[in-house]
Amino acid sequence: MRFLMIEDSADLAQSVAERLRLDGHAVDHAGSLADAEDCLSAAPYDLILLDLSLPDGDGRDFLIRQRRARRDVPIIVMTARAGVADRVDVLDLGADDYVTKPFDFAELEARCRAVLRRRGGATQTVQRFAGFTFNPLTAQVVIANEPRELRNRELRLLEILLAAPDRIFSKAQLCDRLFSYAESVSDNAIEVYIARLRKKLEGSGARIETVRGLGYRISAG
Amino acid sequence: MKRTGAISLRKRLVLQLLALAAALAVLLYVTVRTVAGDAAEETLDGVLGAATLAIADELRGGEDGVSIDLPHEAFSILGSISQDRIFYRIAVGEVTVTGYDDLPAPARKLGSGLASPVFYTLPYRQTQVRVAAVERVVLADNAPVAVTVMVAQTRTGQDTIAARVANRAAGLGLGVFALAAILSMITAGSVLRPIDRLAEAVGRRGPRDLRSVDHPSPAELVPLITALNGFIARLRAALTRTETFITEAAHHIRTPLATVRAKAEIALRRAETEEARDTLRAVIRSVEESARSASQLLDHATVVYRSDRLAREPVDLGKLVAGVAQSFAPTAELKDLAIRTQGLEAAVTVTGDRLLLESALRNLMDNAVKYSPPDEEILISLEVVDGLARVAVSDRGRGLSGVNQAELTRRFARGGNVRDIVGSGLGLTIVDEVTAAHGGRLDLSEHAEGGTCAALFLPLG
Repeated sequence: MRFLMIEDSADLAQSVAERLRLDGHAVDHAGSLADAEDCLSAAPYDLILLDLSLPDGDGRDFLIRQRRARRDVPIIVMTARAGVADRVDVLDLGADDYVTKPFDFAELEARCRAVLRRRGGATQTVQRFAGFTFNPLTAQVVIANEPRELRNRELRLLEILLAAPDRIFSKAQLCDRLFSYAESVSDNAIEVYIARLRKKLEGSGARIETVRGLGYRISAG
Repeated sequence: MKRTGAISLRKRLVLQLLALAAALAVLLYVTVRTVAGDAAEETLDGVLGAATLAIADELRGGEDGVSIDLPHEAFSILGSISQDRIFYRIAVGEVTVTGYDDLPAPARKLGSGLASPVFYTLPYRQTQVRVAAVERVVLADNAPVAVTVMVAQTRTGQDTIAARVANRAAGLGLGVFALAAILSMITAGSVLRPIDRLAEAVGRRGPRDLRSVDHPSPAELVPLITALNGFIARLRAALTRTETFITEAAHHIRTPLATVRAKAEIALRRAETEEARDTLRAVIRSVEESARSASQLLDHATVVYRSDRLAREPVDLGKLVAGVAQSFAPTAELKDLAIRTQGLEAAVTVTGDRLLLESALRNLMDNAVKYSPPDEEILISLEVVDGLARVAVSDRGRGLSGVNQAELTRRFARGGNVRDIVGSGLGLTIVDEVTAAHGGRLDLSEHAEGGTCAALFLPLG
């Protein structure tokens, strides 16, 4: 996905961009509303991440201008204002969703996905691998023309593994990506999801291997 | 909360006007009495004097001495005015010619040249009498003899007149006082009415109305209104400053926290050793905890502030619940939790503050998502039970493990079975305070098959 992040803290912007790029997204950063307008006129974006406190104005004004001009790129407001009133406020102004800083990337991604799914648009990023196709947006794998629904954790697990086929991921690495840091889960909890994903991928050419003492990897055949 | 230390303006004004009216009434009474008394005396003296002179005119001198033919008209004039008793004495020197010889002569010598009589009052026969005396010189035996004519009259008539006048004067004084009292009430009312109107105009304002007062008022109230407006402006500025400060503070704390969190997550992705991972996980958990506490504290402050002056607008609970359910869907999805809703299509409306109700519901949902194991279901249902709206959030989590509701809704209190999950201990406090502010209640219970059911009961309408 191609993100435009409008955020005045360069430090935060750089970290968020780096983190999103790790997941294979393209991210442009605009430090002000003026920069944002420039970026928007130059390239199409799937999603805008919008901070509210910007050096040259209020993010809400940007939101209002976008919606008035009928430019309906999905906008997720990303703000330090955590009050219920602020939330209701920006949603009323036409934002698609709202995350409070500091945010959980898994949650941000889930919200992006939910927004894109709701809008029914966005560039469909279908991946092909060893006899199946995978659409993260619709959470489906298709094996021999037969679609199978993936649950969220199965989907994210598959995404992680497919980002680097044949690479070994440790249980701890997978746990960190799959579970919230707010809950403490034992590393063995990952086994359940590996087993489920294996079942979903049955019939395709892909195999999820257990590498004893090291972790898991996905490989073709 | 009325301060009653100072006497009310109305009371003070009325009391002072009444005191003034009383003083005027007394003065009026005394004046009328004195003037009327004097006038009565003067009138009676005139009649008495005229009678005395009429008698004196009848004095005749002759060879055999002084003679008099008492004129009856003189006595009948006196009798016609009042029922007073009349005494007379005609004397030559100390010798009484005719009449009551114990009637005392005037204290000083009367000159014969005086045309008009001399009046004096003295006690006589157990009563007070008014005496008119006049002296005439008569030729008797060709020698001039000074004859004194004294006519006395008791003063019952004058006293009766005086008493009557006094009664009238008292009545007049009372009447004036009563009229003044009524007028002073009316005056106090009309003088104070602008103050009442101003108080009413300010008192009628909504809780968040901080416009300056521009109520039409008399010039005397303008300084007060100016001062009030100055105060309102300062209050408004202080509130704006506080709000800006909170927003700024939140921004300045949360943005670096977000940076720390993002960097920690990136570092965790790249960490090689288990030790480094543990450290970074701890960092992320701490960031999460402080951010969550900050939000909850802010929410709690909002709840306390808004509960005091609760907005009263109709809130469509079905719509509210649906919105909250939708906004939690992505978070729930991360744990493969399904959110199921029930009864949201029914039109259930309560009166209250939409933001507070949403805040309460979000806290319940947040708990349900946090404490549910993965792959389970969270059920939000809306129904009307015994004339109350019931919004319930049911999860299949770890339940309450016997901790009672009163304990859980205490500030910063948390259940003993949730130490491994980040939380601030303010969530249920917020829910409890919001429902209480709306005249409803929170009901926490455990399912037989495990899990918690948190239900809000709110009065309809």
